[in-house]
Amino acid sequence: MPFPRNQWYVAAYGKEIGSEGMLARTICGEPIVFYRTSAGEVAALNDRCVHRRYPLSEGNRDGDTIVCGYHGFTYAPDGRCVAVPGQTRIPRTARVPVYRVVERDSLVWVWIGDAEAADPQAIPRAPWLDSPDWVTVRGMEPLAARYELLVDNLLDLSHETYLHGGYIGTPEVAQTPITTEVDEKAGVVYVSRRMTDVECPPFYARSTGIDGRIDRWQDIEYHPPCLYLLHSRIAPTGVAPLADGDDPRACHAEIVYAITPETETSTHDFWMVSRDFAREDEEVSAFLAESNRTVVLQDVRALDLLEKVIAAEPEGYQELSINIDTGGLAARRLLKRMVEGA
Amino acid sequence: MSGRLRVEWVPGTDELTGVCHCGAVRRAGNPAEIWDFLLDHPAHGTAR
Ligand code: FES
Ligand SMILES: [Fe+2]
Ligand SMILES: [Zn+2]
Repeated sequence: MPFPRNQWYVAAYGKEIGSEGMLARTICGEPIVFYRTSAGEVAALNDRCVHRRYPLSEGNRDGDTIVCGYHGFTYAPDGRCVAVPGQTRIPRTARVPVYRVVERDSLVWVWIGDAEAADPQAIPRAPWLDSPDWVTVRGMEPLAARYELLVDNLLDLSHETYLHGGYIGTPEVAQTPITTEVDEKAGVVYVSRRMTDVECPPFYARSTGIDGRIDRWQDIEYHPPCLYLLHSRIAPTGVAPLADGDDPRACHAEIVYAITPETETSTHDFWMVSRDFAREDEEVSAFLAESNRTVVLQDVRALDLLEKVIAAEPEGYQELSINIDTGGLAARRLLKRMVEGA
Repeated sequence: MSGRLRVEWVPGTDELTGVCHCGAVRRAGNPAEIWDFLLDHPAHGTAR
């Protein structure tokens, strides 16, 4: 399946784009160079010089402009060529395409599609990521697999029991009822799993300090195509949120993924873990960063393998879906509608 | 009514129950059939 166009995608973490240097990244098959201007804005240009197609990201910055590293065509943040070597006349068509960018919640979103259709209001939010009340660890792993495989993976967490045993998986994950919902208007898939009186996996036992049995909630909110939120609540068994919604005795983790296609068979797997507990504890930060990276790499290994299997098979192979796939199948249908532009 | 389509599943049972925002209910043994119904049934409110 091709990529949904006319959509916002996470291109980078804000911190990856500094006031010096450039970041080259391919998003949905489009090579893009990102850099931050002196005004602090992120510029995003097609990473191909109009002259002989040399990647602009291999050139140099000169203030707010980029100088092509091959013959010196110089580009402004709006993509216009402002200087060429040895002559004063600049061809009128000397301009590289630029992309609309919005920096929000510590993420750099880029619009892939027709610029006039871009609506920043449509970008889903993840306010924890730059809130002072939360502490976040994060990373990004390259995935040599099509983005659909990561969507499938994240929408069915019963795989935690098998692929991530000893980290975040416990037997109860695969055994607990799920409710799946689709909001067609908003374009959101929800999958909720509420576990009561269950074992606490090492990932949370060591980070929250909660001893013994827990109530564990996993509430997924997927905003196709790119943003995946997992609202995770960990509390000693029997501890419920207060009537006013306040929940002081529970630990909350907001697990965020941005699923950004690089090419048709590779994906940028951005992962973040925000927490409202043990906020001052550096050791907990290091532990969660390390553990979550390990878990992500377990998925990456499995999905890289799966991509090879699928790529080697003839078109139209038959899969078999069962009840655990309810969320994944809903996500696929919404993605298909987006691709078809429905 | 929430405007959401909902599918309930209890592991150990083999059935899924799908509930449309219009109130229509469908039981099925696999999710593809449930979504076919929920996402595509015309005439909400009359389909039972
Ligand atoms: S390729 Fe960029 S100036 Fe020649
Ligand atoms: Fe996983
Ligand atoms: Zn209906």
